[in-house]
Amino acid sequence: MSAMTMKFQFGAKIPVDREIGEEPVVEVAAAPVKEQKMEKTMALPAETGTPFTETLASIGRAVLPPVLGMLVLIGIWYIATMKGGSIPGPLQTWDAATALFADPFYRNGPNDQGIGWNILSSLQRVGIGFGFAALVGIPLGFILGRSAFLAAMVNPIISLLRPVSPLAWLPIGLLVFKKADPAATYTIFICSIWPMIMNTAQGVQRVPQDYLNVARVLALSEWKVVTKILFPAVLPYMLTGIRLSIGTAWLVIVAAEMLTGGVGIGFWVWDEWNNLKVEHIIIAIFVIGIVGLILEQGLILLAKKLTKESS
Amino acid sequence: MDKFVQIQSVGQTFDTKKGKFVALRDINLTIKQGEFIALIGHSGCGKSTLLNLIAGLTRPTDGVLLLEDREIAGPGPERAVVFQNHSLLPWLTCFENVYLAVERVFGTKEGKQKLKDRTAAAINLVGLDHASAKYPHEISGGMKQRVGIARALSMQPKVLLMDEPFGALDALTRAKLQDELMKICEATKATTVMVTHDVDEAVLLSDRIVMMTNGPAATIGEILEVNLPRPRHRLTLAHDPVYMGCRAAVLEFLYEKQAHVEKQAA
Repeated sequence: MSAMTMKFQFGAKIPVDREIGEEPVVEVAAAPVKEQKMEKTMALPAETGTPFTETLASIGRAVLPPVLGMLVLIGIWYIATMKGGSIPGPLQTWDAATALFADPFYRNGPNDQGIGWNILSSLQRVGIGFGFAALVGIPLGFILGRSAFLAAMVNPIISLLRPVSPLAWLPIGLLVFKKADPAATYTIFICSIWPMIMNTAQGVQRVPQDYLNVARVLALSEWKVVTKILFPAVLPYMLTGIRLSIGTAWLVIVAAEMLTGGVGIGFWVWDEWNNLKVEHIIIAIFVIGIVGLILEQGLILLAKKLTKESS
Repeated sequence: MDKFVQIQSVGQTFDTKKGKFVALRDINLTIKQGEFIALIGHSGCGKSTLLNLIAGLTRPTDGVLLLEDREIAGPGPERAVVFQNHSLLPWLTCFENVYLAVERVFGTKEGKQKLKDRTAAAINLVGLDHASAKYPHEISGGMKQRVGIARALSMQPKVLLMDEPFGALDALTRAKLQDELMKICEATKATTVMVTHDVDEAVLLSDRIVMMTNGPAATIGEILEVNLPRPRHRLTLAHDPVYMGCRAAVLEFLYEKQAHVEKQAA
């Protein structure tokens, strides 16, 4: 499908959605209550035309603003690049993207691989570095949350190291591991670990005294206290830490890979810059954004699912 | 057993930023086995502090507390607590909340099925069979409090300690739970200490009402025996002269002898 047809479809869609959104002006006051009911009873077939159009209208209200926002962005981009110049417009980028994603998993030697491989190897690095960070950071957070003495001991160190850009650690990583790949992973480890330690420790400190009193009255064993009370109580904080970590990790991996090279989305951006394929850089920006969004939303979804029963 | 719980010249002082704060002084009280005691007094008079001392959640700065002639050195399941805000673990179902307590107390001696039966029996006792599999956030405040009571009773404690268990409930629910509690206490012969600031609740439920003076440095002002036969019924009691006499005595203590609470608090 070419970009032109895409655009026309979008263009045609808007007035329709708008009509539905604006048509029942009088009904708006009564709409919210009905709408909620409708959402719950969606499975039931619409008896009359009115509730159906209302659902359509509510979907329109939810979908319309983001779609419109995207269109405005693309529009500005289109106008800004209309007169040519070094930055390609949306149409050129779209064409390049369709060509690129037609074959995402090819391998022509170590420095020329499909975009799919690049994304996957970046994700792998983030996964490994992040996994080690969770393995170390979460237990450490628990210990710091339980012991005021240790917390007072370690907190200044964390405060000192946390604001350091993870990339400053990269040379140390290269020195220790003598290889680019583990050095990048280690950078991810460093930047992911702080939010996990701090959020877990905070969660442990904020476990309601009531729950701990229950544990004391029941004289529960330390194991039971951890599994039945501390862990579930701290879980939401831990998930927040994980979410922040993975966000940072995804930010950092691009920069780290630009410096270390190899396979990875960051390296790919740099490589395409050297090849002066600016369309590909723009595609990479979108891809990085979308992957980051998916990671974030996935974790939010997971957090909702896990904490639903503990709310 | 006449000297089941003994509280001997107990005092409690807290270290605060403004210096020492004397919450309780010279508390002397002996509780018989099977007795129902209500602790009543104005806010801030240290009722809950005294209850926490019996529970062992805090240690007294002066004096000593004994249960069956042994010092209360810390919290333990033989002194079960029903907390004011129910304190159910939100990630466990009602059944699991009670089971956690049952498992702790009887887990070493009994098999899984027996433990489950005990849990089910405790939940049945408070009339919540239908809500057993629900999470605390899915049930009403009164039901949560009943689960809290079931959890405490399931441990077969020597002493049942209740910290304003019905304080957060509406009047109708409260009355219903008071009636249920009376039945349960008669059936289980539990020794109970209940903190309350509801005069009717104290008179209806208790064998003795311990009235506390205003804080700081609160102590026991008067102890009133409630000589009403059991089982008690709130409707017939409403016009009973003994009941009305007790009620008047408590009210007089609270609103005449200890009336200056607002001034002191301000």
